[in-house]
Amino acid sequence: MLPLLRYTLRRLLSAIPTLFLVVALAFILVHQAPGSPFSDERVLPEAVEDNLRARYHLDESLPEQFVRYVGGLLRGDFGPSYSYPDRSVGDLIAIGLPVSLKLGALALIVSVVLGIAAGIVAALQHNKPLDRLVTGFAMTGISVPVFVVAPVLVLLFAVHLDWLPTSWSGSSGLSRLVLPVIALALPEIASIARLTRANLIDVLGSDFVRTAKAQGLGTAAIVRHHALKPALLPVLSYMGPTIAAVLTGSVVVEEVFGIPGLGQFFVRGALNRDYTLVLGVVVLYAVLIVGLNLIVDLLYSLIDPRIRYR
Amino acid sequence: MNPAGKTSRRLPDWLTAQRSVRVSAAILGAITLAAILGPVLSPHDYLTTDFDELTRPPSLGDGHVFGTDDLGRDLFVRTMLGIRVTLMVAVVASLVSLVIGVSYGAVAGYVGGRTDAIMMRLVDALYAMPFIFFVILLMALFDRSLFLIFVAIGAVKWLDMARIVRGQTLSIKNREFVQAARLTGVPTTRVILRHIAPNLLGVVVVYVTLTIPQAILVESFLSFLGLGIQEPQTSLGTLVDAGVPHAESAVWLLLIPATLLAVILLCFNFLGDGLKDALDARRRR
Repeated sequence: MLPLLRYTLRRLLSAIPTLFLVVALAFILVHQAPGSPFSDERVLPEAVEDNLRARYHLDESLPEQFVRYVGGLLRGDFGPSYSYPDRSVGDLIAIGLPVSLKLGALALIVSVVLGIAAGIVAALQHNKPLDRLVTGFAMTGISVPVFVVAPVLVLLFAVHLDWLPTSWSGSSGLSRLVLPVIALALPEIASIARLTRANLIDVLGSDFVRTAKAQGLGTAAIVRHHALKPALLPVLSYMGPTIAAVLTGSVVVEEVFGIPGLGQFFVRGALNRDYTLVLGVVVLYAVLIVGLNLIVDLLYSLIDPRIRYR
Repeated sequence: MNPAGKTSRRLPDWLTAQRSVRVSAAILGAITLAAILGPVLSPHDYLTTDFDELTRPPSLGDGHVFGTDDLGRDLFVRTMLGIRVTLMVAVVASLVSLVIGVSYGAVAGYVGGRTDAIMMRLVDALYAMPFIFFVILLMALFDRSLFLIFVAIGAVKWLDMARIVRGQTLSIKNREFVQAARLTGVPTTRVILRHIAPNLLGVVVVYVTLTIPQAILVESFLSFLGLGIQEPQTSLGTLVDAGVPHAESAVWLLLIPATLLAVILLCFNFLGDGLKDALDARRRR
């Protein structure tokens, strides 16, 4: 157990510079941008704008602001929002994050289950019509962007067939989650199906499977007891990129379906020059991606005994 | 299998052996040709609004083959121009990522040792960054321009290229002919340019083909969010975005650009995949 603990600690430590880099880059980018969060159509009296700048510490030097911001982050304080004056960024995140997490988690589960199932079917039917169908579908799923899939799904299932609600507001319960989750999951189902198929075909052609066959084991038993685990290990290591893709995709899906999640806050925040809101969402996403990647790697090393914690 | 000497001037046969490669290359060629010639041959242009012809469905009779949009602009010409912009952005952005990725990877692979370790650690760290959010930030906060789109996409997509080129360089570096060149006193730059670079070409070509659809995705994603190509300029992403509000009443405004975008992406992916398989198969021999 000790090497695993050491590995975990080392990975946690190496995540710190990455996260610092993200915060610093995003901070510099946001503060180098032309225009200010208060320079929209309304022209404010100079005194008012000075007061505003002082209130949000924009009158300090950049390094001072950076230190103040990072200090706040370490205490879990994302700072005040510019465009929602009465709310802190933390409040907004608390509103958006649960929605986005629910959407993302459901999409992730759907993509893993359906992707692996489709991949297994295709591998077992290698080069037969069903395999061609899955491979063709997978290529399409990878190629067609989320923002094309989503409106077409709405048109088909919500407008023409009228089975599901067209948007988030004006409906409730699970039904309004169905289309967003499908739109978000489709490309990931496709990627996971391709990966599972390729790996399983590889494993099924290996020596130990031939031995098992020679001993009279049926295909189902071979797949279940011997071939599936080695074939799914690469799928597990692919979970990191999948999580990142689902988080990114949810920005689009939230826009298309009008879902009040983090992605929507991010796009609005970027357009409104709400510096702290945008920074907060970027930092949060970075923490999520780095953290979930770490968990995936730890799981991987627990499951695959060949991995030595280097 | 591959008669020697026959492959000198044309594309090598092994590259075009697969049907999927030939078919997708042909479709992409046809679409590109249409995008170049279409706006020239059409009687309409992309800006003129015609208030007698608002939201006309596609028909062959009145010359609006793809119909018109809600401002009476000809959708065929707008779509073809959108394809031009989309392809141009994707190719240039892929070249940006190629230049960054190849030089970074080649230096890391060739120099090796501690430099290589540090350079690749940086790549690993960058992989963990939510890049697309930085691209959105960049586009939202600064003046949007084509140049910025190239830089943003190129800067995101060079990581894979750097890794692959580094791996290739490492393995080529230790081959006998490179060792021989070095031992006979050929200068380093010449070794890189004459002996290593030509051997990287296959991999680089294949991965550029795979980068192009990713660049198209980023560009159309940005344009869809209203952060990429701005009206009256257009790209496929912008057209899809403009088509969404009319999906119920004028479905062609969504479906035509969406289908073309999907077909182009599909073809590039098939092309890249086929070329990659061909390359892998050749290397295994």
